[in-house]
Amino acid sequence: MGEVYLPILILLALGAAFAAFSVTAPLLIGPRKYNRALLDSYECGIDPTPQPVGGGRFPVKYYLTAMLFIVFDIEIVFLYPFAVAFDQLRLFGLIEMVLFIVTLLVVYGYVWRRGGLEWDY
Amino acid sequence: MSALLAADLAPFPVPSIEYSAISPLIAIFGAAVLGVLVEALLPRTARRPVQLVLTFGALAVAFGLVIWQRDTRATVLEGAVTIDGPTLFLQGTIIALAFVAALVMAERRVDVAGDDFAPRASALPGSDYERDLTRLGWLQTEVWPLLLFSIGGMVLFPASGDLLTMFIALEVLSLPLYLLTGMARRRRLLSQEASLKYFVLGAFSSALFLYGVALLYGFAGTVSLSGIAEALTDDAQQYGLVLGGTALVAIGLLFKIGASPFHQWTPDVYQGAPTSVTGFMAACTKVAAFGALLKVLFVALGGVRWDWAPMLWVIAVLTMVVGSIVAITQTDMKRMLAYSAVAQAGFVLVGVVAASPDGMAGTLVYLVAYGFASVGAFAVVTLVRDATGEATHLSQWAGLGKRSPLVAGVFALFLLAFAGIPLTSGFIGKFAVFTAGVASGAVALVVIAVVASAIAAFFYIRVILLMFFHDPAPDGPAVVVPSSMTTIAIAVTVAVTIVVGVIPQPLLALISDAGVFVR
Repeated sequence: MGEVYLPILILLALGAAFAAFSVTAPLLIGPRKYNRALLDSYECGIDPTPQPVGGGRFPVKYYLTAMLFIVFDIEIVFLYPFAVAFDQLRLFGLIEMVLFIVTLLVVYGYVWRRGGLEWDY
Repeated sequence: MSALLAADLAPFPVPSIEYSAISPLIAIFGAAVLGVLVEALLPRTARRPVQLVLTFGALAVAFGLVIWQRDTRATVLEGAVTIDGPTLFLQGTIIALAFVAALVMAERRVDVAGDDFAPRASALPGSDYERDLTRLGWLQTEVWPLLLFSIGGMVLFPASGDLLTMFIALEVLSLPLYLLTGMARRRRLLSQEASLKYFVLGAFSSALFLYGVALLYGFAGTVSLSGIAEALTDDAQQYGLVLGGTALVAIGLLFKIGASPFHQWTPDVYQGAPTSVTGFMAACTKVAAFGALLKVLFVALGGVRWDWAPMLWVIAVLTMVVGSIVAITQTDMKRMLAYSAVAQAGFVLVGVVAASPDGMAGTLVYLVAYGFASVGAFAVVTLVRDATGEATHLSQWAGLGKRSPLVAGVFALFLLAFAGIPLTSGFIGKFAVFTAGVASGAVALVVIAVVASAIAAFFYIRVILLMFFHDPAPDGPAVVVPSSMTTIAIAVTVAVTIVVGVIPQPLLALISDAGVFVR
């Protein structure tokens, strides 16, 4: 009974270890340069408080980044079920998945070649 | 551990994919993805010729594949897609219409600055940057992959075997259209406003459609069209779910069709979009959406025919009357054609309300007639221009018949087809849906339709009178001589309008051979 939960516990431990490592390692080995923008909440270009009168505007670049995030986020959503059943789907599943990822690579290639990944284009 | 997992999961069957049945879709979507790659990798000047070859090549190949598959009657892709006679007929019609509409989009000679699209859609309207790009002759070649994706969605739309596939097809056909709408070279602010309106309202209608799908799923426990039909044959327990789901799914589709009271976006979007895109939208979207509506109503919801027929009866009357009457008051050619498209949708709905094989055949005939006349009419609108672009105000068309009798004559032919005058394709379409309506007992509806046709004929004939019996203004617009692209498109649409009007038998035989939807 208990051993059913063992993999979950191991995964939890691995996750916690990874999180602890990711937080502490930069503190120990990373450079320390602080400025006002870096200390802002979210560090994303929007002043948290107070907002400018009338809402203000922020660059459309963030929108592009969010869109790209969704593309690759959805890709992962489709990869998970495949990862669970890849052995039963055999070669068929592999070919279909490669086709799917190649299609997304086309998107990636388009974004990259047309400067979508450069911040100051 | 792995044994435990294997016991929990039911054996997962490898889905079977019948590639031949979906080969038209593969051709179109494959070319669209290649088109994106072309945009990424080729130098700017090489893109347009390659995109044109890809677009027209893919459409020609897809049309050939539809003909090759003409005898296929099958449910494929684990029930996600059903291919049958009416579906193949609709697919062929959409691809043929798209080919002709794409010819108008490819036109470069009528506008001195380039084609129908902004040199770069992201450039601020009226900015120096935009002026420089126009001077350099830049073209936005992304329109071609966008067009192909949209056509792919339309070809999938009536072929959907379940409501989720239908929803995805709806989004795939809509999203590129929202973008294409906002890309006009002239009057860019109007175009961008139209794009935003279309997007926001389209998103609402998609949400309504999805809500309807959820309700039907709640009723039947499946989204498959045949599964819903089966669940309806059992003693219906939760009838409310069926009614709500039917209404919401129908609203989502009627929005795309442009039926009243869901037509509010039509005039603004048809006016703001680049005219070549308007022609494409008016023809292909309507054919695809009517195909999907027929499929949902006949395949999945045939068992509740007596519940949806009265609803569509009311909508058909509203659509015909509102479209015909409001069109009279319009002073802009594109807006008038938009309201005319609304009225036409109402006439097609008469065939759907008939809810019989004859009604469906009539609907298909009407869609072919309307589609080609529509692409042709908007192609003619692109030719009448003054210094600021297209001259779309009705007063500017006064006396066009004296200045340029051929173009005015062709436009008059399309208007007569819309009005349903004998010896044009429009008459065959109206005759087919009205006889089917009478045969199914909807006599009152057909009487209203005939009255609405008379009202509609008034504003069509008024434009013809304006063109031929008024004197042209001294500073009026000129008719531009187009390249072979638009010329071929107009010639084809004229030919179809006349040939179907004079010898309709081959088309009618093709439709009766197509038979009915399979489950």
